[in-house]
This record gives sequence, C-alpha cells and structure tokens, in this order.
Amino acid sequence: MTADIAENRAEVQSRTLTAVLNARVGQVYGPGTGIDGLVRLSGGASRETWSFDALLPDGRRLPLILKRDPLDEIDPGDADVNLGIDRWTEGRLMQLAREAGVPAPEVPFFLDADDRTSAGFVSQRLEGEALGRRIVREDEFTQARAKLAFQCGEAAARFHAIPLDKLPPLRNLPVAAALDYNQGVIDAFGQPHAGFEYAFRWLRERLELAGDRLTLCHGDYRNGNLLVDHAGLAGVLDWELGHLGNPISDLGWICIRAWRYGYYDNPVGGFGAVEDLLDGYEAGGGGRVSLETLRFWEVFGCMRWGVICMTLAFAHLEGRERSVEKVSIGRRAVEGEYDLLQLVD
Amino acid sequence: MPTDRPNVAELVEAVREFLTDHVGPNVEGQLAFHTRVAVNALAIVERTLAQGGAMDEAELLRLKELLHQDGNLEEMNAALARAIRAGEMDDQRAELLAHLRLTAADKIALANPRYLTPRG
Repeated sequence: MTADIAENRAEVQSRTLTAVLNARVGQVYGPGTGIDGLVRLSGGASRETWSFDALLPDGRRLPLILKRDPLDEIDPGDADVNLGIDRWTEGRLMQLAREAGVPAPEVPFFLDADDRTSAGFVSQRLEGEALGRRIVREDEFTQARAKLAFQCGEAAARFHAIPLDKLPPLRNLPVAAALDYNQGVIDAFGQPHAGFEYAFRWLRERLELAGDRLTLCHGDYRNGNLLVDHAGLAGVLDWELGHLGNPISDLGWICIRAWRYGYYDNPVGGFGAVEDLLDGYEAGGGGRVSLETLRFWEVFGCMRWGVICMTLAFAHLEGRERSVEKVSIGRRAVEGEYDLLQLVD
Repeated sequence: MPTDRPNVAELVEAVREFLTDHVGPNVEGQLAFHTRVAVNALAIVERTLAQGGAMDEAELLRLKELLHQDGNLEEMNAALARAIRAGEMDDQRAELLAHLRLTAADKIALANPRYLTPRG
C-alpha cells in the first residue's frame, strides 16, 4: 500500500467514524449533540483507540474515548489476541468494575458492528497519568505513590468480588489450565527452555499454594494500565485480557520487575510495598493473602512475561510480522527467567 | 570466517555507530524509537561476540556434569529441558538451580546488563 492510499484510507475511516459517532451521541444525549476533535490515539493489532468530545446542545463538552475492534482481520499470532476479549465484553467489565467501587472510567454507550464500523465501547476520558515511567519518577506523584499500592490492592479485591453470575461469558483459566496454556505456547516454538521448565515444574508441585478461588481477573493488572492523579489511583484501564481465573494472579503480575521502570526497591509497580498491596487487598474484602501464595503468582508472572516476550519474537521469526522491535523483545524473556530463578527454591 | 579486518565485531560496531550518530538524530517518533531498538540489538550482538564463547564453554561444562552425557549446547539444553519436565532432575535440585541461575545471569549480561542496576 502506498503512503497516499494509506492516508486516503485513514481519512475515509475517520470521516465514516465521525458520521457513526454523530448519530450515536444524538441517540444517547439527545438531538443536537455532535462530536468534535476525533483523533486516532493508537492502533494495537487487536484494537483501535480514538479520542473525541461530545458537544451537548447546552454547551457542555464530554471528553470521551472510543475503543473498537480492528476493521481488518486480526493476526492470530498476536500475543494479546490469543486471550483477548471483544470490545463489548471489555466495556461491560469496565462498567461492572465501576459498579463494584473500582475507580474506572464510566462507559456511557457501545457501538454495534454494522457495515460502517466494528463493535466498540465508549468511555469517559479521565484526567491523569498512565505512563508507568512518569508515575514512578515524577515529583507531582509523590503523594499518590505513598497510597497507590494500598489502593491497587483494594481495587483488586473489589473487582475480584464481582459475583460470577453478573459477568459476561469469559475464558476460564484456572491455574492448571493457565500453566498448560503457557507450556503449550513454549512447546509450539520448538525451542526447549530449561529455565522455564524449572518454573513449570516448581509451580505444578505447589498448586495448592495458588489458592482455589475463581473470580474475574483483570489479566494485565500492572503499572501502565493504571490511571494515576495527585490523589492516587484514578482508574483501572485496559480490561481486554479479562478472564476467569485465580485472583491472586493479578497481584503477582503487578509485582513483576518489568513494571518497575528501574525502581526495583518498590516491588509493586515501581511505586509501592508488598505489605501495602496486601493490606489494601484485605481492607477491600479480599482476605489476607500469604506471602507464599503471592510468591507463587510472582513466579507465574515472571514465566508469563517470558512467554509473552517469546511470543512477540516468534511473530517475527515465523514471518507473521517482521519487526526489529518484536524480535528484540525476544531477548527480554531472560528477564522473567532470571527473576523467577531468584524467587524459587 | 575471514580473519581480515574489519572483523565481524568491527562491522557491527560501525553499523551501530552509524545508526546512533547519523540516523538517530535525523528521525523522530516511531522511526527514532525503532532506531534505538536496532542500536540495542547490535549492542547485544557485540557483547555476544566478545563474551559469548567463554559463556558457552562454561555452560557446556556444567551441562555435561549435570546430565552425564555429551553433545552440543543446543542438544544438551533440549535434553535438560526434557529431563526437568520428566522429573529426572528432582534429586539434584541445588546443582540444577545453581546452573540455571548462572546461565540466566550470563544471558542477562548479554541482553541487558543494566537490568541488574536499579535506577530509582
């Protein structure tokens, strides 16, 4: 595709989407409502994100975000896509989390797929910082950082408590299935890996430590998917890997070193202490989590980080998506391997 | 491999310097980011050329001791992975873990030596 055609196509997409959204905000907020300032924010392979404002007849301006499924076929090798959910389900999870008392953007309406758009959901565009390396470093977040680990624990306890019968259909990944899934991914690469095999062995010997609750899991609960303002946690974002699983997997994941942005002394997302995370989890009604159970899920998280790195690299190596960035991430798999080998015995 | 200069390491170094000094400053956005990624990838190649041989030798020695068999690095690592999965290494946990930790530390030293140094 030449640059001209690509640009033209983007323009057509943007114009079509403007028409779709104008019609939709009219239905939701009443006739005379229109949209303004539509811009594409990012394009992962698994979704599109757009920013726009709804302009109400009384002059009010509502800052909004649209996330929709890609218009084109999804690459089945994309790491996120394997476990990913559709946008309708993602928006629904965000609504349920908010109802459960989790700081999360409001989701005022959805888009149905038709001949002009793929399915999507619209959420409030909240003020705050989502860039992990700024959250761990900038002076303006000093006070927020002091509370953030506790608040992350509390928020997780709340979305883990959402009754299962309220949830939309989700992939069920209890711990044994999650281990099988990841081991299967590595096996498919045809590159046996002693370090990760040790992790699988170690984890399978300790399945009783994992705990036996099955709840909604965020699936990518980490610094980078949190919106933070001066008061602390302002929103839990990016629910696209939501699934049913062991809730403590979310707590282990937020502790792995990949999200500390160099601030290694703060195990929780580079901003907080494990004790605060667990205190918050207990205060939010999640019960007391033992350090042994957390360690189990940290080891699992390190393994999972390694598998994600390899998955991205093999998308390049197997020719699905040639990219110097993706292939280079393959060399970061050893970060997960190194860290988990320090945690196991 | 030819022994004539420039040798492989010198060629890779030249390409890395070209990307750092001449491409990086003249591009922005995604292209600048991917240039940094490419520079890092070449730095991994340079470190591997300099240190990888000695690391391989030490790793192979450890593998021979652990597995009581012979083979090249790839075969031995595959054999170790299979043995761990089959539970055949369960009675030499301490030696196995020591080996895996040393191997991972070497791999980190090649892939991203700064990983072990906190910035905070």
